[in-house]
Amino acid sequence: MSFLSVENLSLRIRGDGARLLRSVTLAVRPGEVMGLVGESGAGKSMIGKAILGILPRAVELSGGRIVLEGQDLGTLPAAERRRVIGAKAALIPQDPLTALNPSRRIGPQITDRLVDILGWDRARAEARAADLLAEVQIPQPARVMRSYPHELSGGMRQRVLIASAFAAEPKLIVADEPTTALDVTVQKQILRLIRQMQERHGTALLFVTHDLGVVSKVCQNLTVLYAGAVVERATVGAFFAGPAHPYSRALLAATPKYTDPTGSLTPVPEAVVAAVRAEVVAMDEAEDG
Amino acid sequence: MAVEGIDGRGRVRRRAGMRLWLSGLWLALVALVALLAPWIAPKDPLMQDLFLGRMPPFWTPGAEPGFWLGTDSLGRDVLSRIIHGARVAMTVALVAGTITALIGATLGLMAGFLRGWVDLVISRMIDIWMAFPPVLFSILLIAVLGPGLTSIIIAIVVIDWTRFARVVRAEAMAQGAMDYVASARVAGRGRIGTMLVEIGPNVLPTIAVLLTLEMGIAVIVEAILSFVNLSISTDDPTWGGMIAEGRASVHQAWWVLVFPLVTLFLTVLAFSQLGEGLKDRFDPVLR
Amino acid sequence: MLRAVVLRLVTTAITLIGVAVIVFVVIRVVPGNPIALMLPPGATEEDVARLTALYGLDKSLPAQFLIWVQGVVQGDFGTSITARQPVLDLVLGRLPATLELSVMALVIACLLGGVAALTGTRRRDTKVEGAIDVANGMALSVPDFLWGLILILAFGVLIPVFHISGRVTPSLDLPFATNFYLFESLLRLRFDLWADIVSHMFLPALALAIPLAAIIGQLLKQSLKETMHLDYVTLSRTKGYGENHVILREALPNAVLPTLTLVGVQFTFLIGGTVIIERLFSYEGLGNMAIDAVINRDLPLIQGIVILFAVIFTAVNLIVDLTYAALNPRLRHGG
Ligand SMILES: Nc1ncnc2c1ncn2[C@@H]1O[C@H](COP(=O)(O)OP(=O)(O)O)[C@@H](O)[C@H]1O
Ligand SMILES: [Mg+2]
Repeated sequence: MSFLSVENLSLRIRGDGARLLRSVTLAVRPGEVMGLVGESGAGKSMIGKAILGILPRAVELSGGRIVLEGQDLGTLPAAERRRVIGAKAALIPQDPLTALNPSRRIGPQITDRLVDILGWDRARAEARAADLLAEVQIPQPARVMRSYPHELSGGMRQRVLIASAFAAEPKLIVADEPTTALDVTVQKQILRLIRQMQERHGTALLFVTHDLGVVSKVCQNLTVLYAGAVVERATVGAFFAGPAHPYSRALLAATPKYTDPTGSLTPVPEAVVAAVRAEVVAMDEAEDG
Repeated sequence: MAVEGIDGRGRVRRRAGMRLWLSGLWLALVALVALLAPWIAPKDPLMQDLFLGRMPPFWTPGAEPGFWLGTDSLGRDVLSRIIHGARVAMTVALVAGTITALIGATLGLMAGFLRGWVDLVISRMIDIWMAFPPVLFSILLIAVLGPGLTSIIIAIVVIDWTRFARVVRAEAMAQGAMDYVASARVAGRGRIGTMLVEIGPNVLPTIAVLLTLEMGIAVIVEAILSFVNLSISTDDPTWGGMIAEGRASVHQAWWVLVFPLVTLFLTVLAFSQLGEGLKDRFDPVLR
Repeated sequence: MLRAVVLRLVTTAITLIGVAVIVFVVIRVVPGNPIALMLPPGATEEDVARLTALYGLDKSLPAQFLIWVQGVVQGDFGTSITARQPVLDLVLGRLPATLELSVMALVIACLLGGVAALTGTRRRDTKVEGAIDVANGMALSVPDFLWGLILILAFGVLIPVFHISGRVTPSLDLPFATNFYLFESLLRLRFDLWADIVSHMFLPALALAIPLAAIIGQLLKQSLKETMHLDYVTLSRTKGYGENHVILREALPNAVLPTLTLVGVQFTFLIGGTVIIERLFSYEGLGNMAIDAVINRDLPLIQGIVILFAVIFTAVNLIVDLTYAALNPRLRHGG
């Protein structure tokens, strides 16, 4: 039984109607770590944004539904939908430098959801925040809670954001390229930390990345996205043993070494791209027809 | 740069176009009326008739035929005075605006391009000027210079040159830092030559915008000075003078205040909208 | 840091001295002998000479300036020729009226501008935002003087709900110890007087506030809209917060800062505007007194008022810079 299921989700740009997602179907079971891979611009982040209800204004839902713990989010009134998402899901954002409000102290930025949305009393929320900060290995949690974001390093801020994401014990966390903006040395620590936290709390994780190397280390299953369409779904073991789809094969071949995050990609061959594009166009025509 | 079609930019531009047209049309009308004032004014603007004091405008009962917008307390025709008042307003706008632009832009250009002590002196002067309340300053100057059209123009120039100088100085500094100016210098042009030939044309659009805005300000300054009774001689019709009279008798004869006020309002609005419209034209990225 | 402060103080001093010199020179070119104006008809040459010497007008310009500066340093701004009272007393007596008016205008401007900016952000990319933009454009195109006249017509004559002349109804008994009427009436819990004072102040304050409100509305809205795209705002949405909360708590505090500096400069323009607005509403403040002083050729009084305005302008700029530093956590903690 899946906890999150995205069914035939299609997104378009409002006005010109350009397709961003083409009938994407995706399921995440409780406690599962699902990788969402694809090259930049494939629409990975859009899936995460659609789930969390933060699509840009210029983007509209043109079909499909998102079901979270049996509740179809599209059928809920806006305020209720926000509350459900806030209680059951959370985001670990890409860039820790811009994801904390510079004029608010760290503590309230972790506890606000607990107090305002879930109705905890402040003392309990603060104790919880301090515990979580300790759990993500931040020294002197009490002092950090009184600091402003600019007083912390990038790695520290990402730890704060991870703690904040786990604060309400969500069932699902969307991590959108959570290490891309960090130093290479910090990246590994943060990845390990996310994975540890996920296991300890039994949270389902939708891990968005363009880096197959990271997927091989963090995820159990993965979904490959190309131009807004799912081209392959597989377990990590099966995928790295031999991907089924030609685009996946090319993508894997283009990744020089899973372990080297700085390694440059050799481009996916033209022929493969052309073949996938033809597939996608066929999907569009099927939808339109 | 600006993407056509997205976020309704086309509509914004169309609205801006209409704004330009309407403002231009109104100002052209006022200018024409000013030019032809002696021929189109229905009455002599100075002619008093105490028996015809405070006659209401034509659509109200008790209106006196021929005095379309009513009369003031001395029985002078409001419409004719507005028409003649346009002469003062337009003269001040054109002359004061142009001279202010010339002097202010020249000083700004010198400060921004020559730098050094020239910039130091001019910048310090700008600072000092910014510390003066402009209305008080202009009243003070008129008190010194004596009433009259020339005094008003001088006062406006003396007070408002900083508007041009500040902007042009900044612009000239930015332009001066760019490569092509350096290459012109290398090509053997003198400093003054470079300044005029290379920087001048680049700041012209900015100056045109500021000039339009300044004309509106000049009209207001003239009205304010007339209002405190320091403009030109008290008999000569000016919008500000009429407004002062209207303000004093606002409870008895609203029309003496309303008509010149509406005219002044539309004129100032038109200058300002014209300036903003030009800004959009010259620099579509700004908006 | 210290260097910056010292530099700032030096330039401020130079500016103030510059203002003093210019006023001093300008007003001594005034045609018409102010002494002759103040004496009754039939005064002798000697009387004129005696008074001229009394006011120091017989000395050379630089000498007069030095004497004046010496006096100013000791807090003596001279004696008003028309009122025959110390300039400082007169000016300080009127200052509270102008300060109350300016601050009330500032408060109104912040409220109006803030509401416009927040509404425009809340309803961004809709007709509502378009309407707010148009209203802002109008408000900015027309100066306070004209807004004052329009307000007089609208709310003084057409729908007479406010007073349009003076600071307080003259027949009222005023128990005040200071000239801060608005403030003191509140302290003394005299709400009847307070209401009367507000009814007199509201229209002139609104006239002064309208252009500034438009500026605040435009800048703050622009700043808010930019902030709304930032990651921490988006993150806050995922926590379950709605649009209003996100705008007010996440975006507003960060969007206010860039607006603040510009508002400071604009506030000095507003204070400058009190001169004509006080005249327009016969409000007994500094500006109204200044115009009378110019008309009456009261040189010492003009000097005193202009210097005071210049001091207020520079002080406002200083306060804005300090507030900016205090509000910005990055500057506050030297990060
Ligand atoms: N705010 C937006 N408005 C319109 N299109 C957008 C917006 N943000 C992203 N897109 C487009 O959506 C597509 C998918 O973007 P995204 O999901 O961010 O890709 P990625 O897979 O790299 O995360 C891209 O082609 C991008 O150009
Ligand atoms: Mg992305």
